[in-house]
Amino acid sequence: MDTGEVIADHVGVPTVVLFPTCLGDVVARQTVADAAQVLARLGFAVRHPRGATCCGQPAFNSGHDVPARAVARATLHALDDGSVDPILVPSGSCTSMVRLHWRELFHKTDDAEAALRIARRVRELSSFLAEQSSAIAALQPRLTARVAYHDSCHMLRELRIREEPRAVLATIEGVELVELAGGERCCGFGGTFSVRYPEVSVAMADAKLQELEPAGIDLLVSADPGCLMQLGGRLSREGSPVRAVHLATVLAEAIA
Amino acid sequence: MSVQEEVDGTPLPPGWSAPAHQPGAFELPTTTFRERAERTMARPFARTAIAGATDHAAELTWLKFEGVDHDGLRDQAKQIRAHAIANLPDYLEQWIDNAEANGTIVHFAADEVEARRIIAEICVDEQIASVVKSKSMASEEVSLNSALEGAGVDVFETDLGEFVVQAMGDRPGHVIAPILHRTKDEVHALFSEMAGRELPNEAEALTAFARAGLRHAFLTADGGISGGNFLIAETGEVMLVTNEGNGRLTTAAPRVHIALVGIEKVIPRRRDLPVLLPLLTGHGTGQQITTYVTITGGPRRGAEPDGPERTHVVLLDAGRSALLGGEFEEALHCIRCGACQNVCPVYRQVGGHAYGWVYGGPIGAVLTPLFRGQEEGGEVAQATTLCGACDDICPVRIPLHDLLLGLRRQRAEQAQTPRREQLAFAAWGAVWSRPRLYRASTVVGGAALRVLARGDAVSTRLPGLRRWTDGRDLLLRRGRG
Repeated sequence: MDTGEVIADHVGVPTVVLFPTCLGDVVARQTVADAAQVLARLGFAVRHPRGATCCGQPAFNSGHDVPARAVARATLHALDDGSVDPILVPSGSCTSMVRLHWRELFHKTDDAEAALRIARRVRELSSFLAEQSSAIAALQPRLTARVAYHDSCHMLRELRIREEPRAVLATIEGVELVELAGGERCCGFGGTFSVRYPEVSVAMADAKLQELEPAGIDLLVSADPGCLMQLGGRLSREGSPVRAVHLATVLAEAIA
Repeated sequence: MSVQEEVDGTPLPPGWSAPAHQPGAFELPTTTFRERAERTMARPFARTAIAGATDHAAELTWLKFEGVDHDGLRDQAKQIRAHAIANLPDYLEQWIDNAEANGTIVHFAADEVEARRIIAEICVDEQIASVVKSKSMASEEVSLNSALEGAGVDVFETDLGEFVVQAMGDRPGHVIAPILHRTKDEVHALFSEMAGRELPNEAEALTAFARAGLRHAFLTADGGISGGNFLIAETGEVMLVTNEGNGRLTTAAPRVHIALVGIEKVIPRRRDLPVLLPLLTGHGTGQQITTYVTITGGPRRGAEPDGPERTHVVLLDAGRSALLGGEFEEALHCIRCGACQNVCPVYRQVGGHAYGWVYGGPIGAVLTPLFRGQEEGGEVAQATTLCGACDDICPVRIPLHDLLLGLRRQRAEQAQTPRREQLAFAAWGAVWSRPRLYRASTVVGGAALRVLARGDAVSTRLPGLRRWTDGRDLLLRRGRG
């Protein structure tokens, strides 16, 4: 995915950079493909940044700044391509890392300025898509499902993005959005937390998931591959018929 | 119950109050968060009890501030606390001068050992044979009850929750609601055993049983020991909030009152209370104000008909002054309302004991490494998902998320993290900072996972993956879904 290839290019159309993130490169490749497809249908030329790896969050959140900085620097240099094209990230918590915490991580280093430059360009995918609501509606997205939206903690409480993904879901005909009582409560992923304290982490997921069946939910939608890895993985283990999917995937299916 | 019994109460069975933790009897150094959490999670009903109580408290808190400039109030409170802590030595000196002028005897305890010794000595000097205690987390920090038992003093916890904690030989599981992790049935069984007969399993009857015993203790105790919610510098007073009236009786009925208060509890003026008090009670119990707010200004004076003959206040440092002026100073702004515990999704599953020391939840994950040191207490700072719910509810806007990150960083810098973890992150950094190696690792890793997968799900419980796959599948989102 780091070939720098242009997925869809037309002279004179706006270009966006799609940063897949490490989860997008390893376990959520379809999510990235779906995001690229949706963006292309909306008329954007989509570039994948050459050489981007991970935002450094796993080490940063564990307190290991040295390896976090080394990894984040590779991604920073890959993203800092001299353009001003928006960098879209299909992950709330990676966006939060790049936009808010890189400043701290690169403070007083040679990369401090570049980090600020990138922080200004980076956008969380669903908030970008929310601005394209009328263009999305023009594609007549349609999908029949009872949907619950799960807020990613970093997206909700660090980036303060709450309404935007819901607005995107509202453009899809046939989607019935249900607000769950614990919708804003953490799913228990927490990056390395999920493997440091697996039992607590799974119990936290269950506390959320137990709300789905009584509410008759078909689709659990989020905009963070980390949360989806956690919630989807637990649903799959429990043999639940509910699918946990990324907003980009829902949209791609709805406009297919 | 006869009229006389109603007034005097009935003595509690002898020796029931014995369970008291020895100094250093905390579980912290010997067990991990994971082990302690599992123990609570395995107890029937514990999780339901904790989740139910905390959800309810959090909901009450938000309701309480509907239509109020909550954010403005919190900004003001943050300012007051930040100012008080930034000028702590001055305000403390002012408080001491005024308290002494009121006739209060002021002591200073540098650590838990001194606090235990000072209070035990006061009991000897004042010929105190029994004390009633109102709820105090500071006294938990110093394992005060065991020191008092050691000095031959009978101790009666008088907060209903703490009364249960003491009788069970338990520890408080929450700063405001000590038996939040217990069920009514457990209390019923305990009280019936204490009473030597089957009591009705109703809250009112159970409370009445405790009340009768406590009434007797209040009337016969020589000393009363309390904590303090605030120390008011301009007046030298100690302020306490309670809902059961036990704080007022503890500070006023016995011959001697002893308060053990953390030095960070100082605030400049009485007129800071209209800001801080509603935030403390609103975030603590969802009340506009508690049933009792007690401001004590020292011993009885002149012809005053009641109040203690002597008042001692023991100011507790125990790790606090070391934080002044440093990266973690804001932890001292805490007013111990417990709101961060109520909204914490981790605490909701595991309760307070999992944190291994006195304080649970986000503030516990911050205070434990700070007060006990990284080596002993550092692990619990990892036991959060950094979800930020605590930041959003803290009435004095302590940046708990940042403090937790800072503590994790400090722990890694001091090489207190397990060797395995250090090596893993170093190796990860070496590979993922090089795009070509990163690419190779995702290709190889992805291929390996695809080999292990059935359909799109890896559920094999291989050693390297077990901590994930024991409870969850690892989904490879190759196709839609």
